[in-house]
Amino acid sequence: MTSKAFQRIYTKLEAITKATVSLKAQGVSNDELATVAGRLSQVVKIKGDLVTLQVFAGTEGIPTDAEVLFYGEPPALNVSDELAGRFFNAYGEPIDNGPAVEGERRYIGGPSVNPYKRKQPSQLIPTGIAGIDLNNTLVSGQKIPFFADPDQPYNEVMANVALRADVDKIILGGMGLTNDDYLYFKQKFENAGALNKIISFVNTTEQPAVERLLIPDMALTAAEYFAVDKNEKVLVLLTDMTLYADALSIVSNRMDQIPSKDSMPGSLYSDLAKIYEKAVQLPQGGSITIIAVTTLSDGDITHAIPDNTGYITEGQLYLRTDPDTGKVIVDPFRSLSRLKQLVIGKQTREDHAQVMNTGVRLYADAANAKTKLENGFDLSDYDLRCLQYAKEYSNRLLAIDVNIKIDQMLDTAWELFGKYFKPQELNIKQSLVDKYLKGGIE
Amino acid sequence: MEKTTGKVVGIISNLVTVHVDGPVAQNEICYITVGGSRLMAEVIKVNGENAFVQVYESTRGLKVGAEVEFEGHMLEVILGPGLLSSNYDGLQNNLATMKGVFLERGEYTSPIDMDKEWEFTPIAKVGEQVIAADWLGEVKEGWLPHKIMVPFAFGGEYKVKSIKESGKYKANETIAVLTDSKGEEHSVTMTQKWPVKVAIGGYREKPRPGRIMETGVRCIDTFNPIAEGGTGFIPGPFGCGKTVLQHAIAKQGEADVIIMAACGERANEVVEIFAEFPELIDPRTGRSLMERTTIICNTSNMPVAAREASVYTAMTIGEYYRAMGLKVLLLADSTSRWAQALREMSNRMEELPGADAFPVDLSAIISGFYARAGIVELNNGKSGSVTFIGTVSPAGGNLKEPVTESTKKAARCFYALSQNRADRKRYPAVDPIDSYSKYLEYPEIIDYLNNRMDKDWVESVNRAKNITLRGKEAFEQINILGDDGVPMEYHLQYWKSELIDFIILQQDAFDSIDCNTPMERQKYMLKKVLEVCDKKVEFENFEECTSYYKNIINIMRQMNYSAFESEEFNKYLGQLNKIIENDK
Repeated sequence: MTSKAFQRIYTKLEAITKATVSLKAQGVSNDELATVAGRLSQVVKIKGDLVTLQVFAGTEGIPTDAEVLFYGEPPALNVSDELAGRFFNAYGEPIDNGPAVEGERRYIGGPSVNPYKRKQPSQLIPTGIAGIDLNNTLVSGQKIPFFADPDQPYNEVMANVALRADVDKIILGGMGLTNDDYLYFKQKFENAGALNKIISFVNTTEQPAVERLLIPDMALTAAEYFAVDKNEKVLVLLTDMTLYADALSIVSNRMDQIPSKDSMPGSLYSDLAKIYEKAVQLPQGGSITIIAVTTLSDGDITHAIPDNTGYITEGQLYLRTDPDTGKVIVDPFRSLSRLKQLVIGKQTREDHAQVMNTGVRLYADAANAKTKLENGFDLSDYDLRCLQYAKEYSNRLLAIDVNIKIDQMLDTAWELFGKYFKPQELNIKQSLVDKYLKGGIE
Repeated sequence: MEKTTGKVVGIISNLVTVHVDGPVAQNEICYITVGGSRLMAEVIKVNGENAFVQVYESTRGLKVGAEVEFEGHMLEVILGPGLLSSNYDGLQNNLATMKGVFLERGEYTSPIDMDKEWEFTPIAKVGEQVIAADWLGEVKEGWLPHKIMVPFAFGGEYKVKSIKESGKYKANETIAVLTDSKGEEHSVTMTQKWPVKVAIGGYREKPRPGRIMETGVRCIDTFNPIAEGGTGFIPGPFGCGKTVLQHAIAKQGEADVIIMAACGERANEVVEIFAEFPELIDPRTGRSLMERTTIICNTSNMPVAAREASVYTAMTIGEYYRAMGLKVLLLADSTSRWAQALREMSNRMEELPGADAFPVDLSAIISGFYARAGIVELNNGKSGSVTFIGTVSPAGGNLKEPVTESTKKAARCFYALSQNRADRKRYPAVDPIDSYSKYLEYPEIIDYLNNRMDKDWVESVNRAKNITLRGKEAFEQINILGDDGVPMEYHLQYWKSELIDFIILQQDAFDSIDCNTPMERQKYMLKKVLEVCDKKVEFENFEECTSYYKNIINIMRQMNYSAFESEEFNKYLGQLNKIIENDK
């Protein structure tokens, strides 16, 4: 941030808390940025001439005579094509030793798209992963998180999805990334030779937690520049939104707000929605697709963070380790892509919908059979066939290391149906069975 | 009258404190000037000379000292012809006529096109005595007769002094002049204003509902029907198909007017309505669905305060059409987001919180809102209705949370969506055992159904429900004791309930035929399913039983996918009958 001529300087703080400072100041506007002893801060409350500033990096060591400089504007990012290939911190400052970006200065966290001016998402985003393409197809303009326990390889899966997706720009918003993960992304993007279409905004665990509150808005302001001004297809990766929400709760706690469920602020839903709803299909062809990560604590999806996220996003992808095959799979039961209906059977083969449903239903029957087995009961012939089917289905279709075309996924499913089931056990429209089923046991 | 003005003295997010120079009313609307645009706000608390207002827009850049002007009225909507097929935000701004791709703050657009001419036909005659909500004339809004009424705010009796002849007029032209008891004249146009938080009256009485509203959704119409003028709610964890179910009801509901309030939900879901509804044909009128639909859209990223207003805006428009003697179906998705908006404000005002930090009067607010629905007898003896179905998004899918519990006290139908059913892809995931319709206990509704459907219809429905319940018990026993550990009777019970589940309760919302089942077809299928259940069948072992019912389920599902009584349908019916006959 460069100093400007009209900046007002104050040097007397009235109050200091862990995250905020208050001072008497004139002509201050809501949401405006300032620095307190050189640390970036934002106006969060004005009462008469008493202004409260949230200091992103925390207030440790700030004296009551600290110098406070007001910027006269909310957080902003310079946008232009020069953003491509660059790495930035939460304030939008380069961290790759490159020059500052020249461009139009835009306030982050701007207004939302008029819902009437949106277009219905309709372009399939193939990922090669059958657990996604077959059962939970992604569509451009969608917003969807991975729900994963911290030990699962969500960043790897997300990086794979991003690099395989057919998009013009990939924007990474890293919140509380470990330095190792940051370097992983950097290296993965470099090795793919795709660095020129990638923009990264990164807050690592080494940096103050509250700073990461700026990351999604920074990433999405850049995304809106490319999607709205340049009509490009943009994919935004946000990891890890749980750490973002944790930062929200820190701030609300220090602001003495009454917490609601799981000590999260009562506005959590609106705060998250503001970010995710930036996903959009624009009439001129540009789009913003958001793939996020929400880490769970011990698989608990009733916690306020995944729960509110689930109500906002258009589905969710669960990763879990399948004990039978030892592979990480996309869980077919709890995963869902709400927009898949827009492309299934339209951009994919006519049998897609029924094959998907039947595949999952038979997998559910296998889960029932497994419960029976665990309880020490005899299994019927059907149960045994389900179990065999489930193992192969998990291995050949659900596992995240699969990388095949959608038609191959459908053919594989029909192959498994024919190998283990009678046609009448499939509950599929007869005309499709006649056309696609090869074999089928008697 | 001088307007009260004031200056901003405090700002926390969208709660702004204004120092005022005159009288202000609770819930009064005011405008705050910031950087050339005017931000709409509502008074939510007054303390001495300070008014606390919630701003319906982002307060970024707002400074202490900004000018505020009070309007002297509460949040109002404009009622008149042209509301249908419009798309509004929560404050009734027309989204279609806004300029940019982004919603710029301070941009307000007129809800009604004042330049459009309407073909007016008078109903009232000169010299007639009229009171508020009486019909003066009508215009054709699409195919609906849109009544032009004596404004609801007019108290006492009036005499029609003059009324325009049939012809084309604009919405804000005077179409009648009324004289009140003191001899003062009042001109009336096709439009009127009404504060959204006040229920529209102007009817003679509000009787108990006596007939059902058909939705084409079997698990509702057959199992737990909702009455015309009734209330219902759909709670469910995310991913259980709340929105798909609500859209199905909106598309197929037997109503003249549909009002959908997208309250704090996803924008893409609204876009789906924008994209689909104009293409879809209303089976009853043969007209585009959009012609009978108004969308109030305050998606989750739009300002929080306007979210609360959006459900009231929707209800007020519903009541307006009800006063014309029309059947209105109002859907709100989701009322939890509205409750959360209340919570955010209550929190900023530092009020003492109730359960889960919601305001303590949450329950009263929800009941008050649901009470605005209902069937009414108008002053001219005709009837109109507002049927209301809201969705609730319980935190963590746990139904023991304040919004669900408060709503349960207010709504008469409960359609519980079950995570378990959704996981097993049994859609709609309405739990047949937990869900209920209080209307099935109303004697007048029982009589109505038995007349409309079959003489022992309600008894058949209760029998089917009982089979479902016993099937669940049997399933639990089988799970505990194992397939071989239970008597054959348990397997029979279980499979009969599966038959009802697969054929009656499950319905494919994405299949062009199965998505909408007319009552005649529902009657036929329930009868057929019960006929299969009543058949005495003997099996050697449980595997034989399983494959017998699986086969029947498969055939009857194919029937569900075929056009009613078509050749294909009859082919499968033949197969089914053959199986049943052979058992004899």
